[in-house]
Amino acid sequence: MKVLVPVKRVVDYNVKVRVKADGSGVDLSNVKMSMNPFDEIAVEQAIRLKEAGAADEVVAVSIGVKQAQETLQTALAMGADRAILIVATADVHQDIEPLAVAKILKAVIEEEEPNLVLAGKQAIDNDMNATGQMLSALLGWSQATFASKLEIKGDHAVVTREIDSGLQTIKVKLPAIVTVDLRLNEPRYASLPNIMKAKKKPLDQKTAADYGIDVSPRLELVKTAEPEARRAGEVVPDVDTLVAKLKERGAV
Amino acid sequence: MSVLLLGEMNDGELVLDPTAKAVNAAKALGEVTVLCAGASAATAGATAANIEGVAKVLVAEHPALSHRLAEPTAALIASLAAGYSHIMAPATSEAKNVMPRVAALLDVMVISDVSGIIDTDTFERPIYAGNAIQTVRSKDAKKIVTLRTSAFKAAAMGGSAKVEAVEIAGDPGLSEWVEDMVAESNRPELTSAGIVVSGGRGVGSEEDFALVVNLADKLGAAVGASRAAVDAGFAPNDWQVGQTGKVVAPELYLAVGISGAIQHLAGMKDSKIIVAINKDPDAPIFQIADYGLVADLFKAVPELIEKL
Repeated sequence: MKVLVPVKRVVDYNVKVRVKADGSGVDLSNVKMSMNPFDEIAVEQAIRLKEAGAADEVVAVSIGVKQAQETLQTALAMGADRAILIVATADVHQDIEPLAVAKILKAVIEEEEPNLVLAGKQAIDNDMNATGQMLSALLGWSQATFASKLEIKGDHAVVTREIDSGLQTIKVKLPAIVTVDLRLNEPRYASLPNIMKAKKKPLDQKTAADYGIDVSPRLELVKTAEPEARRAGEVVPDVDTLVAKLKERGAV
Repeated sequence: MSVLLLGEMNDGELVLDPTAKAVNAAKALGEVTVLCAGASAATAGATAANIEGVAKVLVAEHPALSHRLAEPTAALIASLAAGYSHIMAPATSEAKNVMPRVAALLDVMVISDVSGIIDTDTFERPIYAGNAIQTVRSKDAKKIVTLRTSAFKAAAMGGSAKVEAVEIAGDPGLSEWVEDMVAESNRPELTSAGIVVSGGRGVGSEEDFALVVNLADKLGAAVGASRAAVDAGFAPNDWQVGQTGKVVAPELYLAVGISGAIQHLAGMKDSKIIVAINKDPDAPIFQIADYGLVADLFKAVPELIEKL
């Protein structure tokens, strides 16, 4: 079984993002970039499937600027077998929308013919939570989102999903798109020897135009603003004062 | 302008709070039709018809819709899409599963987790875990939107919309429901509760999380947890408040042993009054709390339970 894992280059989750003064977006110059944390979980799961003998090849794909090559190197160092970079823009501030990403991935999947796509449930930059579902629709495949457990059983995947009321288990026909949630696994760190080895693994480079996909945005960005700041209130000395304050406000 | 709104369902019943909030947000855009889809949905349809501002209710009943599997539900919505300028839903886990699929079927970009409606094609939504608010104008002919319910007030009851049955578009038969694992609880639902008490890593263990639960029960509150507490196994995943969990905006939010990572703040910073109890005076949670108590939670929480 071949597993395809789309990975996105995003601002590192430890970075406190700043909105640009002109309101045109978030400042991404000189900011540490990393693999989207949910995508790391997807890569980890794909590698575990390979280690368990359920998968024989793991292909990582990234769509965006050419610097996403670094993100693919991380996936290769973790254990992916090969990588495909699809350059869709030269502008680090242009976020390729999930619909366009899904269209490109569909074209890649038609060439690669994987049996399973493992994707992060959302990217921590645009927080859209959409690419996996959109890709599944375009392919007419089954989908299982927000996975916290995944088992391959013959021509099906059994997936436990994190839903608002608890957990739900569904059985989806392969090929399928599974988007992963935080508690599926803990991704490994790439060791130094593996980072060196990753440099010798195949990394193909293509462009969105090679697939004839229009990546122009459907959503025009009007502005980006800081959220309304919440000011710190007061520190109370003890429980009695806290209770008195809350009663005063009619909160309890 | 007309809106098709996906009603939130649970086992044949309408989940009123998120649906009524979404109706209230949607009615500014045009006539609202609520779709209730499930193995049985007539009861839900009758409830939806009573929400003020609903013009029409569509009821789709079919075994394939019983657990809101994405494929048949999205196909149904896409088949009904022609008559509407907007297709909307409260941003629940179910809608997040279904709506992007609907959007792709219609070749439209989805607009997720909208927190403000500017006009018929312009919307505000949080990005970067709420650290920035983006305003976007959709160039698509149809707008597919999920609504962050904590940002909107619920529509009142008292309407009397007409109810119609609709047929499902067909079941592609790609997925099968196996089971739901849902903890039964008499506590209020997290996203609609007036008071939420949440515990973090500082609570220390699953056993000690009983302290947080006891405080919540004393206040008639819902129980929440930080991602750290859920990851550590102190609390179940459906209690998680934050960027990747639930977004809440109660009248009162009590954060117990929560440091206040950006991830968590994204899910609760619109609460009206925030109280933080933490032994670390430098915890970031104190920067947004209305009332901060620097104390050992194992002493402060029992005292609070006694004195409230």
